[in-house]
Amino acid sequence: MSAPLLRVRDLTKHFPIGKRGMFSDHRKILRAVDGVSFDLERGQTLGVVGESGCGKSTTARAIIGLHPATSGSVQLDGVELTSLSRSEWLPYRRRIQMIFQDPYASLDPRQTVSSILTEPLAIHKLAKPKERKLRAMALLDAVGLNPRHIDRYPHEFSGGQRQRIGIARALALEPELLLLDEPVSALDVSIQAQIVNLLGELQERFNLAYLFIAHDLAVVRHLCDEVCVMYLGRVVEQAPRDELFESPQHPYTKALLSAVPHPNPHIERTRERIVLTGDVPSPLDPPSGCTFHPRCAHASEVPDDRCARECPALVTSEGRSAACHLP
Amino acid sequence: MAKALDVRDLSVRFDTQHGNVQAVDHVSFSIEEGETLGLVGESGSGKSVSSLAIMGLVPSPPGVVEAGGIMLGDRDLNTFNAEALRRVRGKEVAMVFQDPMTSLNPLLTVGRQLTEVLEIHEGLSQAEAFKRAAHGLGDVGIPAPEERLNSYPHELSGGMRQRVMIAMALLCNPKVLIADEPTTALDVTIQAQILELMKGLQERHGTAILLITHDLGVVAGMSDRVNVMYAGRLVESASTAPLFDAPCHPYTIGLLGSVPDLTGPAGDDLYSIPGQPPDLAELPAGCAFAPRCSRAADACSEAVPATIEPAPGRLSACLEAEALAKEGGAG
Ligand SMILES: Nc1ncnc2c1ncn2[C@@H]1O[C@H](COP(=O)(O)OP(=O)(O)OP(=O)(O)O)[C@@H](O)[C@H]1O
Ligand SMILES: Nc1ncnc2c1ncn2[C@@H]1O[C@H](COP(=O)(O)OP(=O)(O)OP(=O)(O)O)[C@@H](O)[C@H]1O
Ligand code: SF4
Ligand SMILES: [Mg+2]
Ligand SMILES: [Mg+2]
Repeated sequence: MSAPLLRVRDLTKHFPIGKRGMFSDHRKILRAVDGVSFDLERGQTLGVVGESGCGKSTTARAIIGLHPATSGSVQLDGVELTSLSRSEWLPYRRRIQMIFQDPYASLDPRQTVSSILTEPLAIHKLAKPKERKLRAMALLDAVGLNPRHIDRYPHEFSGGQRQRIGIARALALEPELLLLDEPVSALDVSIQAQIVNLLGELQERFNLAYLFIAHDLAVVRHLCDEVCVMYLGRVVEQAPRDELFESPQHPYTKALLSAVPHPNPHIERTRERIVLTGDVPSPLDPPSGCTFHPRCAHASEVPDDRCARECPALVTSEGRSAACHLP
Repeated sequence: MAKALDVRDLSVRFDTQHGNVQAVDHVSFSIEEGETLGLVGESGSGKSVSSLAIMGLVPSPPGVVEAGGIMLGDRDLNTFNAEALRRVRGKEVAMVFQDPMTSLNPLLTVGRQLTEVLEIHEGLSQAEAFKRAAHGLGDVGIPAPEERLNSYPHELSGGMRQRVMIAMALLCNPKVLIADEPTTALDVTIQAQILELMKGLQERHGTAILLITHDLGVVAGMSDRVNVMYAGRLVESASTAPLFDAPCHPYTIGLLGSVPDLTGPAGDDLYSIPGQPPDLAELPAGCAFAPRCSRAADACSEAVPATIEPAPGRLSACLEAEALAKEGGAG
């Protein structure tokens, strides 16, 4: 069997935070990503969902080497990326592109859209100089922006329009792997549908692989083949799309799915949901045992206080996995 | 109930080298004390720019704001000078900005930014301000809030930055809260917690909330009324349930039809409104939605449709509004 396009094993990313005091070291370790593993095949989409702050963006940033992993392995096509030097990275930069969660912060305010889109083409010597602007205009059209606005600056666009500039820039290099961090969250549902359809079409045409980070579970359900649920730096459940949405196993996944608001006021105002009680845990000081246990409605069903004492391993069976002590 | 905010005939234009962009075109609406008004619409339709205009934050040049009045209670913010606006902003009218990174200072800790608001507007001592700020961060579900006050914006996740913005907007218990896509970077469980927090503030202080969001589920749960914008204009306005049950503008119908489903078949193409939104520098003469509208007739392209009341308490700027109201059972 050939290696998957992307293979991530035991990835961790820890940040030291706090001040170094005169007499004592107050620095603490923040475990943003704490042992994440998954495979992603060509032509497939893996969704990553989970609580705000659970380490989704950090995982993606570690994959493209934006901040070096603390430990673990990231392989593209069998090549270990975590040990590459800056110059060795260049060819991979083109093959892996990322769409950032914060579109405005990732667009240079002094560059026009034209130069934002043609610069990567120039760096990677794609397309003849004369053709670059035409390519850029075609990309704008594909993401639903007016090609005639190509000479404008990022601040002249609305939030959702900027997000689409970021998408166009990532597509410019015709990557094999796209890391999409909340790529459609600033869009109205009609344009969102247009972009989701475009992503599906491009995937089919070029056999692209997507790592799709999103909070909108309906969009995740439409686009992803497989979904990974993260909680406090770890994967707590992973399953094929239909299995995950139809029979979630981990109590956190169940709570998450039950909290999705329904776009019908009559249903939305009467529906039942699992309310998570208890404080959101801190990656500076994670709870003992299963890190979800202080908020879990089922922890008391597991004998011997095991949830508070023992961290459940991610167990795989029948093509899906979950990390929970419940049988 | 008294009107907390009354916006009359607001227009915003950007005079650029590429032409005059009419971002907001004669928009009027009001929000009562304790009421939540949802604002939805096309990306680029002028939702954020209208909010910035209310806050007196449209950059000028190139922005040109014209308004018949931006009434905060009985005072017209449109007549306030910069200093007077600064005193109102953050205290009486607070805004959660769509783009946290552009409104948080990257060089200051979040603690510094939060306590500054309290020191300026509430005259708190540094120690008191620190306590209130930590409390505020805890309220928006940020763990270990005292420690997190020392973090810089880039050390926080996208959703945590968004929650810092929310905490900042809520610090002084504003009379009017404008929340521009406040929960886009949040998972649904934390989103629910934040929405509860906003409702709590509203119940205690009678806050009027303008809630801008693309999440129609959030609108369905939170809003008393909903305004719909398209190409800088208000095209429909109604109470929440009637709007969802029987939309009276074809854009609203298309928008509601594009919501992806959590059940039903997955993986197929999603519905989206055909065509592209118009160029705001070259708006068509008639209804801006006409080129994409399946019901458009010749008359639609001749003049901008007047806003009419196709059913009691509802507004729609569509020539077909009455027919749509009848078909949908709203009339
Ligand atoms: N400084 C500016 N110069 C020129 N045009 C601008 C400027 N700021 C905004 N615009 C234009 O004004 C229009 C309205 O922008 P606004 O940010 O209000 O949209 P929005 O409804 O909030 O969209 P979104 O849902 O994508 O956030 C957009 O089409 C945008 O291109
Ligand atoms: N540069 C950094 N320095 C210190 N801590 C960081 C840094 N970047 C991220 N973190 C921390 O790592 C944790 C995970 O952050 P990350 O951005 O990966 O979350 P996320 O899952 O993407 O959340 P969201 O859904 O809110 O975007 C957070 O606690 C965050 O504060
Ligand atoms: S291991 Fe225990 S605490 Fe953790 S999710 Fe399962 S039941 Fe809940
Ligand atoms: Mg993130
Ligand atoms: Mg906006």
